[in-house]
Amino acid sequence: MHDRSSSGLHLLHDTNTSKAVSSQDLPFTVQGMTVAYHHKPVLWGVSYSAPKGCLTAIIGPNGAGKSTFLKAALGLIPKLSGDTKVFGAPIEKSLKRIAYVPQRSAVDWDFPATAIDVVLMGLYGQIGWFRWPSRKHRQKAMDCLKSVGMQDFANRQIGQLSGGQQQRVFLARALAQNSEVYLMDEPFAGVDAATEKAIVAVLRQLVADGKTVLVVHHDLETVRDYYSHILLLNGQHVADGPVETTFTAENLQKAYGGRLASTQLDGLSEASNA
Amino acid sequence: MDIFLQFDLPSILLGSLAALACGLLGNFLVLRKQALMGDAISHVVLPGIVIGFLFTHETSSWAMMLGAGGAAIFAVLLIELIRRIGNVDPGAAMGVVFTTMFAAGVVILEQTGTAGVHLDVEHALYGNLESAIWLDAYSLSDLWNWQVLMTMPESIKQLFVVNMLVIMFIVLFFKELKISSFDPLLSASLGFSPKWLGLSLIVMVAIAAVAAFTAVGSILVIAMFICPAATARMLTDNLKVQLFISGIASLSAGLFGYLLAAFGPGLLGYEFSVSAAGMIAVVAGLQQVLAMLFAPQYGVVMRRRRQRAHASV
Repeated sequence: MHDRSSSGLHLLHDTNTSKAVSSQDLPFTVQGMTVAYHHKPVLWGVSYSAPKGCLTAIIGPNGAGKSTFLKAALGLIPKLSGDTKVFGAPIEKSLKRIAYVPQRSAVDWDFPATAIDVVLMGLYGQIGWFRWPSRKHRQKAMDCLKSVGMQDFANRQIGQLSGGQQQRVFLARALAQNSEVYLMDEPFAGVDAATEKAIVAVLRQLVADGKTVLVVHHDLETVRDYYSHILLLNGQHVADGPVETTFTAENLQKAYGGRLASTQLDGLSEASNA
Repeated sequence: MDIFLQFDLPSILLGSLAALACGLLGNFLVLRKQALMGDAISHVVLPGIVIGFLFTHETSSWAMMLGAGGAAIFAVLLIELIRRIGNVDPGAAMGVVFTTMFAAGVVILEQTGTAGVHLDVEHALYGNLESAIWLDAYSLSDLWNWQVLMTMPESIKQLFVVNMLVIMFIVLFFKELKISSFDPLLSASLGFSPKWLGLSLIVMVAIAAVAAFTAVGSILVIAMFICPAATARMLTDNLKVQLFISGIASLSAGLFGYLLAAFGPGLLGYEFSVSAAGMIAVVAGLQQVLAMLFAPQYGVVMRRRRQRAHASV
């Protein structure tokens, strides 16, 4: 059992052949993930293993299945094949080790809840069935709000927050979960500059604390500044690895095809030369 | 006084307690955008109620409650099955299941000769609030007399127990219901299965629907599920406060609905009274309209005023 899984990972990590990698050390590994919506395939046999303690961007054109990849890996949507391991254990048994930050549109912001209520939800797993949150939990939730600069909005109903503020509340909730692996679906979508800054700071802090962070990211221009690793998707696995070696014009061309203007590609590859 | 205790109080209790059980649970139905599930469930439980009745030949029996709970679970599974196999959207599946089961209930009711004896179609549909009487009560002190209290109509005692169950359910599972309503994905990943919580909510809704069934019938029950919750939502952004307000709205709809039905026409010089169940639903609807118009933050009037203030700046 152990042999088979490590040999499979061998194939995934041909750059790491010299190091023996135990599957218990791999925070988030997906094998042969295939997903179809109404018989139309969205992802074909994607295999990937996230580098531990790194900040990784998942990038690719629209419809490349970036969000689908995260959702299917978490078992939130049906898949045709593929499985996910978290530190060597099946995902179903490891959900508490993962914090997932969905797209903002995933929830109803008219819900009668305040910012701190939502952050407290991140602690529900630790609180357990039937028990009500205590003052200690409220304090912890408040600390998480502070770390995203939202402490002044703790008692604001969530629908009355701006998009960026809502995103920060989501992030604070993920922090409260105190997981080992963070999966975020487009946290930067439609946020203001202050929020973008706050999110980047939090992501860096998470990585500094040894967490593994995967972020679906849209803006190619900021990839180099924010992330150390990337995963390129376009329905299939295109490439993954450190930004310096993987975020190349060649790979981007492969992932985006004609959808990326050549001037854009030039700009991005120039940055890589600099 | 004894007339009030013997005839009015039981009806008021029946109406208010029925409204309370449904109104409290309605909060979660509305938050889950499943308001119509309350309607669907109140319909699908009819065959369960009738079959339960056939076993015991007693209205407001626990067998009816059991039958209704079973019918609700059966309906939920059937809706899910049709949705998956037929590949139709949940609304359509719900429509198919709840009309079919309701029709089946009416047919069984008519065919078994149950109709007209204890359980007739009209009462099944519109309720029979006025039938509740408490003949052993003579003075106010009877309200503190356990023995006399126990002679209250079975349906009231049952509603009392059901309300206890509903409140217990909400207090115990408040956090779980909240998270699974707001963010089912997070709820699932933290180990609070939204599926099981959803199903247990539906079963509680079925139980409340049956308990309310003798009071307000299976059609008007939907007003009880939706109006108090929607009214309360207009008045607060805090879920706990919302539950509390919806409880008050439910109880007062029951009280004023009955009083208006019983004495309203008399005040206008008419000799008759109108259907109390219908009047309770009307009051619940009026509360909602008032809240929509005059709620401090979300009301139309205040929003207009704010807009105007904004425009003049």
